[in-house]
Amino acid sequence: MTARVGVITFPGSLDDVDAARAVTRAGGQPVPLWHGDRDLRGLAAVILPGGFSYGDYLRCGAIARFSPVMTELIPAARDGLPVLGICNGFQILCEAHLLPGALTRNAGLRFIDRAVRVRIEDTKTPWTGSYAPDQEITLVLKSGEGAYVADAPALSRLTSAGQVVARYAGGNPNGSVGDIAGVRNEAGNVVGLMPHPEHAIDALTGPGSGGLGFFSSVLRAMVDG
Amino acid sequence: MSRPPVDTVPAAAASPGQPQPYAELGLTSEEYERIRALLGRRPTDAELAIYSVMWSEHCSYKSSKVHLRRFAETAPPSPALLAGMGQNAGVVDIGQGYAVTFKIESHNHPSYVEPFQGAATGVGGIVRDILAMGARPVAVLDSLRFGPADALDTRRVLPGVVAGISFYGNCLGLPNIGGELGFDPCYRGNPLVNALCVGVMRHQDLKLAAARGTGSKVILFGSRTGPDGIGGASVLASATFGGSDGAKRPSVQVGDPFMEKLLVECCLELYAAGLVTGIQDLGAAGVSCATTELAAGGGTGMRVELDTVPLRDPGLGPAEILMSESQERMMAVVEPGQVGAFMRICARWGVLGTVIGEVTGTGRLEMTWHGEPVVDIDPGTAADEGPVYHRPVARAAAQDRLLADDPARLARPSAGPQLRATLLSLLAWPSLADKSWVTEQYDRHVRGNTVLAMPEDAGVLRVDEQTGLGVALATDGNGRFCLLDPYAGTQLALAEAYRNVAATGAVPLAVTNCLNFGSPEDPGVMWQFSEAVRGLADGCATLGVPVTGGNVSFYNQTDSEPIHPTPVVGVLGVLADVTRRVPIGLRTEGSTVALLGRTGDEFGGSVWAQVAHGHCGGHPPAVDLAAERALAAVLTAAAAAGLLDAAHDLSEGGLAIALAECCLAGGRGCQVTVTGDVFTQLFSESAARAVVAVRPGRSEALAALAAEHGVPVTDLGVVRGDSLVVTGSFDISVDELAAAHRGTLPALFG
Repeated sequence: MTARVGVITFPGSLDDVDAARAVTRAGGQPVPLWHGDRDLRGLAAVILPGGFSYGDYLRCGAIARFSPVMTELIPAARDGLPVLGICNGFQILCEAHLLPGALTRNAGLRFIDRAVRVRIEDTKTPWTGSYAPDQEITLVLKSGEGAYVADAPALSRLTSAGQVVARYAGGNPNGSVGDIAGVRNEAGNVVGLMPHPEHAIDALTGPGSGGLGFFSSVLRAMVDG
Repeated sequence: MSRPPVDTVPAAAASPGQPQPYAELGLTSEEYERIRALLGRRPTDAELAIYSVMWSEHCSYKSSKVHLRRFAETAPPSPALLAGMGQNAGVVDIGQGYAVTFKIESHNHPSYVEPFQGAATGVGGIVRDILAMGARPVAVLDSLRFGPADALDTRRVLPGVVAGISFYGNCLGLPNIGGELGFDPCYRGNPLVNALCVGVMRHQDLKLAAARGTGSKVILFGSRTGPDGIGGASVLASATFGGSDGAKRPSVQVGDPFMEKLLVECCLELYAAGLVTGIQDLGAAGVSCATTELAAGGGTGMRVELDTVPLRDPGLGPAEILMSESQERMMAVVEPGQVGAFMRICARWGVLGTVIGEVTGTGRLEMTWHGEPVVDIDPGTAADEGPVYHRPVARAAAQDRLLADDPARLARPSAGPQLRATLLSLLAWPSLADKSWVTEQYDRHVRGNTVLAMPEDAGVLRVDEQTGLGVALATDGNGRFCLLDPYAGTQLALAEAYRNVAATGAVPLAVTNCLNFGSPEDPGVMWQFSEAVRGLADGCATLGVPVTGGNVSFYNQTDSEPIHPTPVVGVLGVLADVTRRVPIGLRTEGSTVALLGRTGDEFGGSVWAQVAHGHCGGHPPAVDLAAERALAAVLTAAAAAGLLDAAHDLSEGGLAIALAECCLAGGRGCQVTVTGDVFTQLFSESAARAVVAVRPGRSEALAALAAEHGVPVTDLGVVRGDSLVVTGSFDISVDELAAAHRGTLPALFG
């Protein structure tokens, strides 16, 4: 049976179609989840896509974390459900306190759409298992509030526990502390990533296919797990 | 709380002598008298509001109509055209059951008064036009012109405009795949912000703006109506700027792209469920435009209870509601039995929907305010039968002096180091410099179908993931060429966009246009306008691509100085298989570099003349549309046959700039040899040319193809190394090219 991966659509989600396409391309079956649903439909993994959920009003991700689907997702994630938040999804996971830290305005104060080199530093998560340690890939960064910040104790905990999943490798594009591009929770099942792997699955429409590994990783983890 | 009294139809009939503020609303006394004659009484305040916005230049095309007819009269027969001019946007058949709709529109004046919101709502408005045709909007492009790049005011206007487009388009989830950015002193005080949107639908999904079916309900949905943008069409878009522009700020609308995203998804779901019989977007002239056009389009009547319109400001009266240009609103005509289903879909998307009236069989547009009649007109008189002006047309005496000012007298570089310095100075010139500072602020990747985007010749989008069917889009315009010769200059803009599309491998299919001009009350401007329209219509007929729609923007002048005539032409092409698209970057060492087309000594209106001598005179490059057609045929056939590694059209800055851009995009050098006068070969702006990199071993196949179409091919050299080498003249490393090209805009704008 094809592995089923949920993709949540919040009002204002934009990259949900792209995340679904990436799941398909990796060999899985994407299942749409609606922000108003209080049911995860027994899915074994869930993606929170990029976009501007609820218009990013108040603060990026601040309203989405209270949506009905999140009231189901938060305890499931605490129980080990693999969850990947991309861009706005990462912001929502931080707002929901599933991940430490926060995302703030880019250092240049402008939106950036650019191909960026990223080094995968933790290959033990369900989302990064098919990468080699320290493998460098090219993804698409496209965000206005992508600068990762965390206070000093949180940062040292992240580093010592190996919770930094990915760092920018070809220069820091947005002022993220420690060049951090992605982090995970302590258990490792919840990953947040600022650059978009779903826009790097095909050289025809993106900078190569280096992002596909996030989706094939979770499919493999679902089979193995 | 008692309501302030309103001006009703009986009150208007009973008080014929009451003075009315028609002049403040932009109507002339003749136009006001015509309204009185049509109604047989003075208009009510609400009716006056409707006529003032519907008869504005922006909505009625009253000065341009007599010229625009030419597009329809000379349109080449095209089986691809499913809906043409007069609809919200033209619709083109691209095969496999798909139709594409696209249109470009100006938001020049609002973007000068309030750059961020002005540009943002320009994007929002054109997206709703496309949505109203039944299509899913899939991408935007923008064509921008500003005053001198180093002018203080450009530093206010440009960053605001770019941020506004970025904010609205990104938040709406539409990739921005191309457009243009140029600078010229003529746009100081009057920037051009033209936004193009393209949408895709299945043939059967085409929607038209018409209210049919007596008893059907009229539903206003989307944002609440507020006091923003009141009179935007009449006050801002249809008048010349003077000294106190800050006072016009309340006429600029404020955008909410989040609401527009919900509105887009909501509409597409309503269409899919078959719940909509007529649809119209609310743009310029808001409720006035939507109600009159729907009623006139259906040949029916409509009754509207204006007091049911949901308001953001409860103090608004009927005239203000009719004139408001609040964004993110649509109007639908829905059968009575389907209103419940319609509202359920609106609720799912959090979109407010309100029944504000119904379709009648009376042929009248009737509106009430708390039960009292405030409007009773024939909708056609407002929507279709506005005034038509035959404005005086006169070729300015200065035109001959401009043409006589031949660039042949200008000193030219000849030695290698001079040619080298010329190339670097052009490459760093703001209009030709790298635009990443701007384009990196736009999301080009969202929806995952962007195959090519800036700085490629055209944006290319995949339409069907299974078959690889796709479309290409380019916009072009050259105000300097049009200043010298508006007929030829407009054809050069058309030819360039057509060539750009073909360079990616796409077959050009259809044309849209945004005609940016000064005041139509100036006979010299009207001459430029009529020549431009004639040039575009003739050019489209020769190239076999119909004009499917467009937009006219007059009054682009501050005080008495008009902008250069700047028709911006958008061309849409189709690619049977987007995997065959050809980018501009040199990718393969050993590919042969060749020039397609003929080079003449043509420097009138050229970038070199402007940069080196501050000169704009003489004749623009010669137009040869048969040669353009042949060149496009070679480019598309060569792409389909997989002969090309790269292709790039030649335009501003000629061969030298094109080669430098090919090197920069691919990160590779090339070594070329030119024969004859090196300066002319490198910098002339002769049209109907492209440079190509031919895959190793495929040169003979390209030569055969070119011979078949009668296009001259000149082998220039080979892709090699990491420098641009012009044998015997100069050698510039790709790194040095990059430093010249990429430093300009960041240095100016931070």
